[in-house]
Parts: sequence; C-alpha cells; structure tokens
Amino acid sequence: MFQGKRVIALGDRDGIQAPAIAECLTTAGAQVAFMNTECFV
Amino acid sequence: MDLATQARIKELAETESRGDLVVVIGHLDVGGAELAAATVTEGDPTWAGPLAGVPLGLPVFHILEPEVRAEVAPDAYEQHLGIMEMVLESDAPLQAVRAVRERAAAAK
Repeated sequence: MFQGKRVIALGDRDGIQAPAIAECLTTAGAQVAFMNTECFV
Repeated sequence: MDLATQARIKELAETESRGDLVVVIGHLDVGGAELAAATVTEGDPTWAGPLAGVPLGLPVFHILEPEVRAEVAPDAYEQHLGIMEMVLESDAPLQAVRAVRERAAAAK
C-alpha cells in the first residue's frame, strides 16, 4: 500500500504531528516527499 | 490548510508522478481532518489558497485507519501513535477522511 510511495504527511499540533506520521510510514516502505504540522491559532 | 503547504503540495503533484503520491493526515478533530482531506482531493473548500478549484484527487488516509496501521511496523506504531490512539475519542475523524477518499474515487 505504501511501498515505494511518496508520502505527504500532514500533521496537526493538537493531534498527531507530521514527524510521527513520517516515522511510521517509513517503516511501511514509503518515502517522505513533504511533511508539515499545522497549527491553528 | 495554510497557503505555503497548499503551494508545496500543488508543486509536488505537478512535478512528481501523481500515482506515487499518497497523503496521510494526523488531525484528531473531524473538521480539521475533513478539511485537509478535501483540500488534497477536491481542492481548497475555503477558496483561499493555491488549491482552490484544483481537484488533485490524491489518495488520502488517516494515520490511525486500520489499513494504514496494518502496514506500519508494530514497534514504531506503538512508539509514535499508541498514546494518540488511546486519546482518540471516536473514529469520526477516520470516517471523515475515508468518506472524502471514497467520494473522490467515485468522482474519477
């Protein structure tokens, strides 16, 4: 499902942050194309 | 979704093989999850950013969806997501992302 895919990780400061998403999906064989943790203020 | 993020995603969709791109969301609130998912599939619903009127149709998942969890190494999942899964009050954010994904797939 993620093997060889380029992942865009969109995290949320009040939820799951992008680096955590990226770390997990890397173990699934994905490459991280872009990640960002949003912050609504 | 902030404008710089929309611009970067649009650029990636234009420069990389779109079939290789997958978006994964970590919002735990329904509104935020739905908005992020809709922006990368149907275009920016707020009509404020570079993806306004740009339906990229990228596949989008929530990081806590069971089919995503099944692909992640168990120790990494536990380390990075275990606590967040416990504080998730309902699976409504996951369902919201799934609904957007299925709606986008049906529109293709």
